[in-house]
Amino acid sequence: MSEWWTYHLSNFLLFAPRTYFRLFELYNAAIWPAQFLALALGAVVLVLLRRGGGAQGRAIAAILAAAWLWSGIGFHALRYATINWGAVYFAWLFGLEAALFFRLALSRRAAFAWPSDGAGRIGLAVFLFAFLVEPLIGPTLLGRNWRGVELFAAAPDPTAVGTLGILLLARVRRRWLLMAAPVLWAALTGVSLLAMEARDWWIAPAAAAVALAAAGRQGKRSGGG
Amino acid sequence: MRRTLTRRGFLATVAAAGAAAAVRPPRALGHPALQGPRPGPILTRPIPSSAAGERLPLVGLGSWITFNVGDDPAARDACAEVMRAFFAGGGRLIDSSPMYGSSQDTIGDGLAKLGHPPGLFAADKVWISSGAKGPAQIDESLKKWGIPRFSLLEVHNVMSWEEHLPTLFALKKAGKLGYVGVTTSEGRRHDEIEKIMRAQPIDFVQVTYNAADREVEARILPLALERRIAVICNRPFRRGELIARTAKAPLPAFARDVDCENWAQLLLKFIVAHPAVACAIPATSRVDHVKQNVGASYGRLPDEATRQRIAAEVAKL
Repeated sequence: MSEWWTYHLSNFLLFAPRTYFRLFELYNAAIWPAQFLALALGAVVLVLLRRGGGAQGRAIAAILAAAWLWSGIGFHALRYATINWGAVYFAWLFGLEAALFFRLALSRRAAFAWPSDGAGRIGLAVFLFAFLVEPLIGPTLLGRNWRGVELFAAAPDPTAVGTLGILLLARVRRRWLLMAAPVLWAALTGVSLLAMEARDWWIAPAAAAVALAAAGRQGKRSGGG
Repeated sequence: MRRTLTRRGFLATVAAAGAAAAVRPPRALGHPALQGPRPGPILTRPIPSSAAGERLPLVGLGSWITFNVGDDPAARDACAEVMRAFFAGGGRLIDSSPMYGSSQDTIGDGLAKLGHPPGLFAADKVWISSGAKGPAQIDESLKKWGIPRFSLLEVHNVMSWEEHLPTLFALKKAGKLGYVGVTTSEGRRHDEIEKIMRAQPIDFVQVTYNAADREVEARILPLALERRIAVICNRPFRRGELIARTAKAPLPAFARDVDCENWAQLLLKFIVAHPAVACAIPATSRVDHVKQNVGASYGRLPDEATRQRIAAEVAKL
């Protein structure tokens, strides 16, 4: 890219903000009533985290694989790509993360624990925020249409933030690898929303920063990632 | 911007007198879609390289951002209405690019809904790094527009222009394309644009020009006059910034002397009154705005002194 210093964030925005948020309205209309399934998946994750058990880790990993695949194909590839040619790459990013969770689900090494330390409690709080609070912010505080509500497992932002929360409760090898895609997406969505001058642009990046800091603290204590 | 009188500037001003005479109303159009009565027929300017003397109305329709609405049926209908008002007001040139997301599909959808208005001047671009893939991209663009040929194809942001221009010239020679051009925006790569304008037989160049971004006045616009290249001006409102700046400012009294009812028209007339400019291409998704914009194709144009006053008013805001 020549003369890169002359570019502003807004130069990379291909669409109007109203078009972007309208996408979620059209998406929700197209997938209705699958929103109940998305809510159920989040609730099942909570129950599994609380109950533990032999297949708990594999089930949670499978749910996260489904959530990333759903958001990647359903939103990025089929919706977002209609107004942003870059969304194809986002879909691949989400597909890659889904594949990593799918592999974890098959591995028998997946385990998630109810929080027992500060970082774990932060993880649970981040997940609950993504599952129950983040979807409400747009419609209640920012004047967006309720029909465009973004849900964990169906929409990219709460899926990425919720995943980071869950990963703070994970007892798995190479956790950093699993955190890479949600952190990257949190940064990308933050930049996109900032370019759109959306007031909630900072939420996903801030959640990712909190999750990264907590994960770093956990890593130091346990002597590994 | 510091402005001094240069030889080129002087020559451009002198040329303005001749070119102003080139602006003429070729046909009286009904304009029931426009807001308020229009002072006379629509103004057009000749495409300098056109052997047939083809002329373009001074205001076209851009599609950057505003027409990238995906497959949203309501938004596509709204864009079709914008196009309807544009054509009803006498507009002809619609500009797009493969880079603009779904804008080409939206234009194709609108043209189909409007029954393919005969006056359309279809301006699109080739935007791909591989020269070999250019023809396939052009075919894809034609399918999206739903038309058999483009009036104008430009190399978007001069990307791989050495590879694309021979393709476009060959299409023109074969009668499959009307005109050839290159584009840039927001002041980038002007040296390269100038080099192409000097060395290549292009018909059009597209650059950013408005009352606040006037860099092209120094070299590009005089060169366009000299080389008989038509100029299309993008970002006429600086992506809405100039409209926002003028929102609370009273319209200068002299606006009436050049038949402007609002700031949008005054800003557009600043651009299209320059003798090198063939057309400005504001983008909008609103019917009331497109009516205002097309309104700048009517009535008296500002002379050079009035253009300077417009720029001074904008600079004050």
